[in-house]
Amino acid sequence: MMELLKKLGAWLEERTGLYEPIMHMLTHLVPPGSKWYYVFGTAIMTSFIIQVITGIALSTLYVPSAGQAYMTVQYITHEAPFGNLLRAIHYFGASAMILFVGCHAIRTYVMGAFKYPRELNWLTGVALLFLTVAMGFTGQVLRWDQNSVWTIAVGAEQALRAPFIGPYAAQILLSGTSVGSATLSHFFACHVFIFPAILILAIVLHVYLVLHHGISEPPVVGELVDPKTYKTKYEAMLKKEGKPFWPDAAWRDIVFSTLVVIGVVICAVAFGPPQVDRPPDPSLVNAQPKPDWYLLWYFALLALLPHAAEDWVILGFPIFIVLGMLSAPFISNKGERSPKRRPWAMAIVIFVITFVGALTVAGVTEPWTPNFEAKALTPEIIGAKSGPIFDGAQTFDTKGCLFCHTISGHGGQRGPDLTDVGKRLTHEQLTIRIVNGGYNMPAYAGNISAKELADLTTFLESRK
Amino acid sequence: MTNGCGGHKYPNPLPDWKKVFVSREEFLKMLSLVLGGVIGAVATIPGVAFMLNYLFVPKKIEWVNVGPIEKFKEHETVEVGFHDPNTLPWDGVSGHRSAWLRRLPDDKFTAFATNCTHLGCPVRWESKADLFLCPCHGGVYYSNGDVAAGPPPQPLHQYPVRIVDGDVQLKVTPVLIES
Repeated sequence: MMELLKKLGAWLEERTGLYEPIMHMLTHLVPPGSKWYYVFGTAIMTSFIIQVITGIALSTLYVPSAGQAYMTVQYITHEAPFGNLLRAIHYFGASAMILFVGCHAIRTYVMGAFKYPRELNWLTGVALLFLTVAMGFTGQVLRWDQNSVWTIAVGAEQALRAPFIGPYAAQILLSGTSVGSATLSHFFACHVFIFPAILILAIVLHVYLVLHHGISEPPVVGELVDPKTYKTKYEAMLKKEGKPFWPDAAWRDIVFSTLVVIGVVICAVAFGPPQVDRPPDPSLVNAQPKPDWYLLWYFALLALLPHAAEDWVILGFPIFIVLGMLSAPFISNKGERSPKRRPWAMAIVIFVITFVGALTVAGVTEPWTPNFEAKALTPEIIGAKSGPIFDGAQTFDTKGCLFCHTISGHGGQRGPDLTDVGKRLTHEQLTIRIVNGGYNMPAYAGNISAKELADLTTFLESRK
Repeated sequence: MTNGCGGHKYPNPLPDWKKVFVSREEFLKMLSLVLGGVIGAVATIPGVAFMLNYLFVPKKIEWVNVGPIEKFKEHETVEVGFHDPNTLPWDGVSGHRSAWLRRLPDDKFTAFATNCTHLGCPVRWESKADLFLCPCHGGVYYSNGDVAAGPPPQPLHQYPVRIVDGDVQLKVTPVLIES
């Protein structure tokens, strides 16, 4: 039996010649120190393979028609056998991919792996990062629920701010003048054909470059990268102490990827697929569009900006991020690779992680959103059942103050908590504030009667 | 992986443009490159043009009926629904649109797009407070569409309104592509 297989193998090798280059690739030498920090690339690859398989499977039931997509997603989620699990795996696979693309980018930046001769490894990696986010975003839109149609409206509105090309950019995003069939079909084509094709080409190029230059060795303080000598030194090091990738290094990649796959499946079973929102009917105005978790930080950034800075940030920030990431290997492609000797680079990494992390937390809690479900103030909180204080409390409710201000735990977070505003502001100051409004507060001068105003201030004064 | 072909000296793959009509080899290089370009162009241009066809389709701007005039009360703002004239037959519910219609004295009407001018989220009319509120980033507008507070840079977008045979009609302009 073994004899027969060996013969078959030899026959195939003589006709294809594939064994030789594959083994050459698998056993390429890697630096001895490339250990657990080096597993993120394969983790991304593994999650991508999960995405391809689950994505193809989902496409066998999903119909990219504006009138029917929502129905098919509902069917896949609630009726089709395995559909719920499949959608969930596709969602958590995407999340894993984005998470590990982030880890991989941080790891290679921290270890200075983008320096000579691996500048193009970094650039193709940056392209892959943005393609991955683009895949996530287009995938979210394919759910084609209320959140999708309004998310596109939000995207179009941002594109519209670009000078001169704004209306064209918005039309390209919408594939027309408004959200509809063409929008969905174009997003579908991008998500399943165009972006994956570019993604696969970029992966091939990226992996080729990794093999061509070899895996970067762990940085050592004081060992400077000099383009004149780096390659010779690297080759000599590999010859002396390099280990074959298979199996000396590959086992760590496989172990980590296994954990990733198990993690994705556990999350999928435990949490299920993302909820499908209400139908994609833009005439239902009670909608609150929100991106998936990995773009929440950007959503929060747009909410917290000073209003005057908005145009600049909406247009400039994406360009700044892209150019900033692309320029990294050109700003410094030699010298120290060790994070211990690159304080500015480390400061940037810490800042980015803190910035994105803090904004993500803000994006989850959304303190700037009016609380449309605020519970009315109870008589106990008001402390009166009739009279001006009671009437003022009713005005506080009907005029929408409660959407943004909290009193004794009832209300929204956008404006200051008014539980003890009577201690801080006088009758006069309260009146001026209500009548004139402020940065984020409407001026109520034209929206409130003299009696309502008097009652309202009396009520607020009693908050001590 | 490096030097897979053992440091061969390759001929220049590109033609020497000075010799393309002199040397057979240089001519064949040019011929193949030009024909390759033709194949590429023929294969991609119609496809790309098709994918961008919406840039060449004239936009339909039509008046749509939103109801008889007596349905609306003075000084009240209500949601009116209609179908977007720029949609395709298989659009389903995603072709639905709505607007906030306010009746003013003397049979005057104003119709506001539901999109917040900040980032396009749907604004809600809170009738008791007499304000439009946006759920996304807390934009607030007065009943006449002017910005009351928050991040919106401009008043709410308005659709032209007319009355024809006792019916209120809106002119549906493409809000999302007009700054």
